[in-house]
Amino acid sequence: MDLKTKSLQFGKEHGVAVAIALFLLIGIPVLSSISPSFQVNIWGKYLCYAALAVSLNWLWGYTGLLCLCQSLFFALGGYMIGMHLMLLIGKLGAYKSDLPDFMVFLGYKELPSFWKPFYSFLFSGGMVILLPGLVAFIFGWLAFRSRIKGVYFSILSQALTYAATLLFFKNDIVMGGNNGFTDFRFILGMDIRAKSTQIILYEASALFLGLCIFFIWWITRTKFGMIQQAVRDSENRVLFSGYATTAYKLFVFTVSAIMAGIAGAFYVPQVGIINPSEMATSKSLDVVVWVAVGGRGTLYGPVLGAILVNLMKSYTTRYYPDYWLIISGAIFIFVVLFMPNGVVGLPKQLGGLWTKFNKMRSPAEPLTQAS
Amino acid sequence: MRAFTVFALMSCWSLSSLQAFEATKGSEILAKAIVATGEARAKLLEEFGNESSFGDAPLVESWRRGEIWIAKLPDGTSEAVAYNGKPGTGMVTAAKLGDGKMLTFDLGQATASNPDRASRKLLTKVGNVIALKHPSDRNRSDAAKQLGLQGDEDGLRVLQELLPKQASPAARKGFEEGIALAKLKLASGADKLNAVNKLGDLASLTARDQLKGLLQSETAKTPQDQVLIAAIKKSLAAIESRQALVESGATLFRGLSLGSVLLVVAIGLAITFGLMGVINMAHGEFITIGGYTCYLVQTWFINMYGSSGTAFDNYFLVSLPLCFLAAALMGWFIEWAIVRHLYSRPLESLLATWGLSMIFQQAFRLKFGAANVQVASPSWLAGNYEWLGITLGWNRLFVIVFALAILFGTLLVMAKTPVGLQLRAVMQNRRMAASLGIRTARMNGFTFAFGSGLAGLGGAFLSQLGNVGPSMGQSYIVDSFMIVTVGGVGNIIGASLSALGIGSVDQMLQPLLGPVMGKITTLLAVILLLQWRPGGIFPSRSRSLEG
Repeated sequence: MDLKTKSLQFGKEHGVAVAIALFLLIGIPVLSSISPSFQVNIWGKYLCYAALAVSLNWLWGYTGLLCLCQSLFFALGGYMIGMHLMLLIGKLGAYKSDLPDFMVFLGYKELPSFWKPFYSFLFSGGMVILLPGLVAFIFGWLAFRSRIKGVYFSILSQALTYAATLLFFKNDIVMGGNNGFTDFRFILGMDIRAKSTQIILYEASALFLGLCIFFIWWITRTKFGMIQQAVRDSENRVLFSGYATTAYKLFVFTVSAIMAGIAGAFYVPQVGIINPSEMATSKSLDVVVWVAVGGRGTLYGPVLGAILVNLMKSYTTRYYPDYWLIISGAIFIFVVLFMPNGVVGLPKQLGGLWTKFNKMRSPAEPLTQAS
Repeated sequence: MRAFTVFALMSCWSLSSLQAFEATKGSEILAKAIVATGEARAKLLEEFGNESSFGDAPLVESWRRGEIWIAKLPDGTSEAVAYNGKPGTGMVTAAKLGDGKMLTFDLGQATASNPDRASRKLLTKVGNVIALKHPSDRNRSDAAKQLGLQGDEDGLRVLQELLPKQASPAARKGFEEGIALAKLKLASGADKLNAVNKLGDLASLTARDQLKGLLQSETAKTPQDQVLIAAIKKSLAAIESRQALVESGATLFRGLSLGSVLLVVAIGLAITFGLMGVINMAHGEFITIGGYTCYLVQTWFINMYGSSGTAFDNYFLVSLPLCFLAAALMGWFIEWAIVRHLYSRPLESLLATWGLSMIFQQAFRLKFGAANVQVASPSWLAGNYEWLGITLGWNRLFVIVFALAILFGTLLVMAKTPVGLQLRAVMQNRRMAASLGIRTARMNGFTFAFGSGLAGLGGAFLSQLGNVGPSMGQSYIVDSFMIVTVGGVGNIIGASLSALGIGSVDQMLQPLLGPVMGKITTLLAVILLLQWRPGGIFPSRSRSLEG
């Protein structure tokens, strides 16, 4: 199958995906308006996680960069929108002050100057894109320039995340410290806790997730995407063929960080809290689990993995809170050892096993005939 | 070490109810004083102060605690005996004070003796004097400084009396410092000036606050005052420059000590990650296994022998090999069950071992509880050693020595044993080693177990520095990976140098930037360092392109 026919082909899995997408877009909001106990923001949270997983999959599955700072970019995006939401609380906080509560608590008399532009929604939205993008660009430039790759890249990105987490735990950078931002009231003039607002936020996250998937579907079919995947399979050959692999990797890394940042910005208003534990290295590794469970290097795998694992987490933490870590660790090991292609690759894997099993059986048949 | 012996002896005394004190001249006088009352007792106590030696200290302590009884003998005389049992009736046997002879007496007739108020006052003074007779030079000079700080006439007199008897220069210095400190308060005029100059010459850190206080209270009225003030300023400057020296020395020591901790923690990883190339995210949990093994051994010892005494002090030595074995066995199993399937896929080994680490952590939490558990240090690791004004904890010093020991032990195993030779061969070229008849699969298992065992040893040491908790290993994992990467993967010497370097930089930055910013800066510095040397300080050289 050559490239052209592949790009024009509309496979069965896309049909299924569109059906699921329609259900997520229409079905969930309808369900939530029928049943008052149905929490649409939980599904919104899952979709944001799914978008985060998609962004990591683009890096890891398609480019071969196992980045352990995806949760950092996610949290940075969340923090940027969180600053805006904190300022919108206004005098409704516990201290009845124009300043966010934690600043009053820390003894600030007026807003620090770097907070002031965050009154504007547009500025905050711009920062959601700019900050993760900039951090990723600088770190990526430093790392890729000196040819840090493979596991060393993972370890360095983990160190970056660790350093950032420590930084955000501090009170004197005026980002809420340990408790982070919470108790949001309004977004774009709407009550953030109202069901209608939550449905709008949910729809926006769903659209953003769809956009991300479409973007990756499209870009992996362009020449850029081909080179990008070639970098994953053998970076040196691509390099020796005259492509500047550093530039390719840097672009993918930066765009993926922005994607994660936007996902974080959708996540925070729906969950209502952002604090430094959201960017901890363990969260980054969680994202890696979702992608691995769903199937890395596949278009829909990360979405499936993120939703599946988080549904399981919600269930287990409610009924067997002590065992969630053990279960998720076991899933992790199992998937790595026995399901290298994740849930999405399972039918093919089982099919392969089935033919193998049949082949083992078939030589036995002539034997019975001979006797 | 002498301090330990004395300490151990003292604790032995308080253990047995039939205790005997050293038969010293002092104890004879004190025995008389205890039996006597009023004026006679005061006089005897004064005499005791002059004649006492350091061996009398526990005796004085017992008297204060009410463990000296006065027994009425059938012949009508009274004798002081050491008895710390309960009151009652019947005949009991206890050691007589003074000559230490056993004495049988009727408990019903005996009374516990407690020093009265006046005697207590006198005893405090005597206690000061006895402290000045401590066998260790350091304790003696510390006592002299303390007495000097109190600044009373009697103290000064005693110090001046005892100064000529000091043989060692260290003790002599301490006594001179004590005398100068006392004179600072008591003397005036030229004597005071001399004291100030003396303190400056000795660079006495103890005197800093005193001199500062004096500087504030003095006003320059007469020319003599001005001379005094100038002298105080000069002495303060000398003291402060010594202080700076001591502080940088202390920083260096802390850096060395943190570096050793990091080395102990990272050396296992330098083998599993550096040599084998396995990204073992569960490395921290092998450390924790070591910590909990130490805890279990300690609990077992407490159940068997109680929580003090020589038997308990040995628990740590017993636990060291067990910590190594427990972690190594677990490492062997993990290699067999999980890691060996992933040698060709390093990123996947990162994920699988992360899953493993989550399982371990939760298992620890379920078994031992989420809260940290306490691991008591044996008495020979507790306490401090002071050297040129720098306080060095015994446990920290021990970690430094221990880190060096495991470093050289590991290097020796690698360089001089047949196993080490095979190990290096397998790590350099697995297939070639296999075709030369080395059982690579077994070597892999052994190497991973060895690295895990070293992590377990690291855990045993961390348990002496802090508490043991389910996530104690997790906090070192980022540091460990940084150290191995900076040192140059596969290079154990490189790893140890980078551990020391990162430890020192961290400790140097901490006073300037605070603990968190210091750590962040260190991490960023490491990222920048890898720009300059992407392969670490000692990169492994190879002709392979993908190496």
